[in-house]
This record gives sequence, structure tokens and C-alpha cells, in this order.
Amino acid sequence: MTTQADDELWSAIADPSRRRVLDLLVSNGDVSASWLAGHVPFSRQAVSKHLAVLEQAGLVSRRKQGREVLYQVEADRLDQATRAMADLAAQWDRRLGTIKRLAEAAHAENKKRNRHEG
Amino acid sequence: MADLVIEREVLVEAPVEVVWRTITEPDQMSQWFADRVELVVEPGAHGFMQFGDQGGPVVVETVDPPTRFSFRWNHPREEEPVTGNSMLVEFTLTPEGNERTRLRVSESGHELLAWPDAEKERYAGEHRGGWAEYLDRLATLLAKRQSG
Repeated sequence: MTTQADDELWSAIADPSRRRVLDLLVSNGDVSASWLAGHVPFSRQAVSKHLAVLEQAGLVSRRKQGREVLYQVEADRLDQATRAMADLAAQWDRRLGTIKRLAEAAHAENKKRNRHEG
Repeated sequence: MADLVIEREVLVEAPVEVVWRTITEPDQMSQWFADRVELVVEPGAHGFMQFGDQGGPVVVETVDPPTRFSFRWNHPREEEPVTGNSMLVEFTLTPEGNERTRLRVSESGHELLAWPDAEKERYAGEHRGGWAEYLDRLATLLAKRQSG
């Protein structure tokens, strides 16, 4: 089961538009919402909404520079998210490994029984 | 189109029917999945899985013996698990000869709604490896940019 923080993180990156915004922030560094709006196929308003969700999930932070507000990716949170995803993969690998062991043992057992009967 | 979170697979040296029983029989499920599994393997059936002191409801989606089994979980309590509020876990079993089965599992999340088809396809292509790969790529890119 996942925690509240994970849920926020996952729903933040579940949306392809938000991933597009994240991609742009990762490759271009500190940029403004207007700059982002010029590089995506959706409105300035939508960009602001996506930035708010990403900020809420801790993936993005903002700072003021003069009259502009610049956004940037939070590297620590991104690392944390990457680790959480790797953990999830490892968890499924463990489960699949156990399924393999159980199924192969059951199969060996079936074969032994058939030989006895046959 | 579901948004792929993760996809893993394993090759099992056993016939597809044996693997099918291992992943769908509740007493078997409790050995590889949850500590306690209360589940009737029928489409639409509601069940419960206990993990240590945590637990949650699951709802069976597809039962297509012996090749496809899927269920939804991680949805908010008191809500019907539907697209958008839950994760879909899908098992696909492919026989490879009589005594070998390729078992694939995928966990996927929210659907790509309100997004033009061409964009959906582009994104599905870019993120075929799932979010793990996507995040990994982002983190690598960021590290590169910050050090350079």
C-alpha cells in the first residue's frame, strides 16, 4: 500500500501534461510560467495549474527574481521519487520470484505424483 | 489507454495452468502477495488484502483462464475502484511450449484523458518503460545539467 505522500507524487506525475512541464524544467532549469506556456500545446492557465500540483507534490519549487517568478525541479524529491519507483519494481520482482518458485515446486510435485500413478 | 507505472516479467518452468493456479488461488496468493487474502476470483468480485497491520480492498476486473487476470487496488475507501482513482494490476501468462510460461505483470495508473490521440501515442511510446524509467531518466538529466 502506498502512503499519502506517494499518492500525491504519483498523481502529480500521472498526468502527461505535467510530465511535459517537468521535462521542460529538467532540461531548461529556472524558467517562468510564461516561458513554459510558450513551449507546450496548452494554455498559460493550464501551466499554472500543473505547476501548483507539482509544487504541492514537492517536485517543483519557485523563487522570485526581480519581477519574475522562476520555477525549478527539486532534485532531492526527484531522487526520492526515483527510489520509490525502483522499490516498487523490486517488490514486483520479489513477488514474481516467489510465484516462480511456488509454481515450479507444484509442477515438480505433480510430475512426481503422475509417475507414481503411471 | 492506461498510463503504465511498471512492468516486470519472469520465465517460469511450469505449464501455464500451474502458474495460473499459483497467481489466482487465495491460499497461494497469501504466499506471494498479501499476508491475508479474501478474494473470489470472479470479475467484479470485491475482496480484501491484508499486509502486516495495513490492508485494503481489491476488486477483480478480468478473469480469463489461463492467460489473463487483473484487479484494481489502492483506491480510496468507500469508493468504487474505477479508472482514475485506483491502480490496475494485470497478469498476462503466455505459454512457451508445454512446460514453460512467460509471466508478465504490469501496474498502471490513471488513464490519459482529455489529451489528443497523437499526443497519447507519443507519450505512451516515450514512457513504455513505465514511470520508473521515466523518473530515472529525469534524475539523470537533472544531475547532468547541475554538474555541467
